[in-house]
Amino acid sequence: MTAADRGGSTDGPAPRAHAGAVLAGGIIDALAAPPDEDAVLRDFVAFTRLLRNAGVPVTSDRTATYLRALREIDLASEVATYWAGRLTLCGDPDDVARYDHAFFAWFSSDPREQRMGRPAPPKPRAATIAALTPPPGQGQGDENDDTPELKVAASGEEVLRDRDIADLTISEREHIRRMLALLTPTPPRRRARRRRPNSRGEPDPRRTLRATLRHAGEIPGLSRKNRRERPRRVVILLDVSGSMAPYADALLRFAHVLTRRTPQAVETFTLGTRLTRVTRELRQRDPERALRDAGNTIPDWSGGTRLGEVLAAFLDRWGQRGVARRAVVVIFSDGWERGGTELLGEQMERLARLAHAVVWVNPHAGKRGYEPVQGGIAAALPHVDRLLAGHSLATLQELTEVLADA
Amino acid sequence: MTAASEFDRPDAVAAALERTGYLADPGLASAAFLAMRMGRPLFCEGEPGTGKTALAQALAQVLDAPLVRLQCHEGIDAAQALYDWDFPRQLLHLRTMEAAATASGDALDADAVEASLYDRRFLLARPVLEALQTTPSVLLIDEVDRADDEFEAFLLEVLAENSVTIPEIGVVRAETPPLVVLTSNRTREVHDALKRRCLYLWLEHPDLAREVAILKSRMPQLSDELAQQVAQAVHRLRGLDLLKPPGVAESLDWAAALELIGARHLDLESATTTLGAVLKYREDADRARDALDALLAS
Repeated sequence: MTAADRGGSTDGPAPRAHAGAVLAGGIIDALAAPPDEDAVLRDFVAFTRLLRNAGVPVTSDRTATYLRALREIDLASEVATYWAGRLTLCGDPDDVARYDHAFFAWFSSDPREQRMGRPAPPKPRAATIAALTPPPGQGQGDENDDTPELKVAASGEEVLRDRDIADLTISEREHIRRMLALLTPTPPRRRARRRRPNSRGEPDPRRTLRATLRHAGEIPGLSRKNRRERPRRVVILLDVSGSMAPYADALLRFAHVLTRRTPQAVETFTLGTRLTRVTRELRQRDPERALRDAGNTIPDWSGGTRLGEVLAAFLDRWGQRGVARRAVVVIFSDGWERGGTELLGEQMERLARLAHAVVWVNPHAGKRGYEPVQGGIAAALPHVDRLLAGHSLATLQELTEVLADA
Repeated sequence: MTAASEFDRPDAVAAALERTGYLADPGLASAAFLAMRMGRPLFCEGEPGTGKTALAQALAQVLDAPLVRLQCHEGIDAAQALYDWDFPRQLLHLRTMEAAATASGDALDADAVEASLYDRRFLLARPVLEALQTTPSVLLIDEVDRADDEFEAFLLEVLAENSVTIPEIGVVRAETPPLVVLTSNRTREVHDALKRRCLYLWLEHPDLAREVAILKSRMPQLSDELAQQVAQAVHRLRGLDLLKPPGVAESLDWAAALELIGARHLDLESATTTLGAVLKYREDADRARDALDALLAS
């Protein structure tokens, strides 16, 4: 067992005799039967394998560190064993919840999270948003929900790409969900205003002179400066009113994918009867956790919209102060405005003045015979740079291309 | 002077930390214990105000070792973190040698002159090299998530080998490896290669009892009632989905502010006057003020 050999400390104290070892199913009394050390190690290595299956990226060097840590601690103590693994095998807060789950499943028949010094974390489960938005027209007759893989195999990726997300079955949505996670959008770039020291670019007389003075008249080399590229901020405004419900899950996932690419440069808000910022929730790596937390944050799910008022709230609280300035603003909405459209028009004009580009994504725009005549969209259209569909995976991909060029 | 090897159990580390005023939970104590025993860097991640930086300071006190701090920022490079050559002094040295040679009429041996220029005395130790040379020591690499990806690559050798390679001199290796604490606020994903070399500690805000204990240990003059009330209110504030949820530092500030205005309990009036010590955004303050009645009803 090479991992165990490497894990064996050469400089540390001699490995503690295993006075007791925590094993699956309980604690072996080592005094009665000294456990075979190899068997104990094998058991811990097997645990790391379980952890890997649970989604924690455990590499062999992490396993080696884990085994070294186990030699330092009192294996009879469940708390110590828990922390030895958590400190060496996890690398991300998302990993911690998975680790907890695997640890208590493997080492303990009776979860005693409280004794570990931290409250039990909520177990990750599939976000419920998709479940909240039943596919219209499919009804309850669809009995294939428990066999998603078969269903997906039958429908095929290419067909799914162009299908309207609102018309998909639950299992097809599951597949779209995975495909969305594979999107690799290129975030828009902008050139930074300030020139910064750089090995290439135009000469920087000031810094060259300063360096020369500092070096007693010797020129230490020509300093240069250049403009760098930085990611341009993308602001996603997602309408979560009832009429947008069939698309909300997929669009929120799209926002998550975009956020993961450049976490600092993407802001996401949901628009409904009120404005909600979900950026922080979407910055989590695990999509299910991100979606679930975002879903829990949104209080006005599937309610009405007062686009104009909420947009005004966004501009007052966030946009004007900097979030929308020189950003690419993407509005996902069907433009159904209950109130008057005058306010929406005004606010869109204000937004267009602040933003670098405004892209309106309307799922209905992809349908045959669509005309942008509804009150809301008609008022907004003069202030929009691009109107896109975004009702299917293919159109969302198109959106990533538009974003890259924005 | 307490050597790292003297701690044989996490509890002993926790007790030593507590004597410095840092209250560690079992996880944190295990992390500090393993970091000392295994000679591994400790990577602390979590919300601002959960005591990441304070941990390094407390560990330095426990080990009675100097704390060397490297504050990371965007654009930090190896010369600022590891070492640099003192160019003006090298130049002065060169000129002196030239002048001496001219005066005495001797010829200069070019190789010897060059070798003398890259002497240890012209080496400027930046925090990392300083920590390796001062043994034992605690090296705090603060807010590593602010540095660029490229900078992390520099740290890899230091973290894995406890050494720095200087081309002109060779490898500088620490006699006793420094205890390294890295902190991150998670504004950026730190590369996995870096994390793999460290023990990973995810810090959360302390639970209610611990927060009360922290308040009492840092401010012994604080009344039990006020400590309890402040900790409770801060806990509820953290549940409000604020832009910047208050950390432990903010609860300490709040308690101090309440003491200064002579408040005996946390009520609507004293809370409103001192809210600025806890909440640093206008939106958060607005939100909290709306919820204050409910917050204070216990």
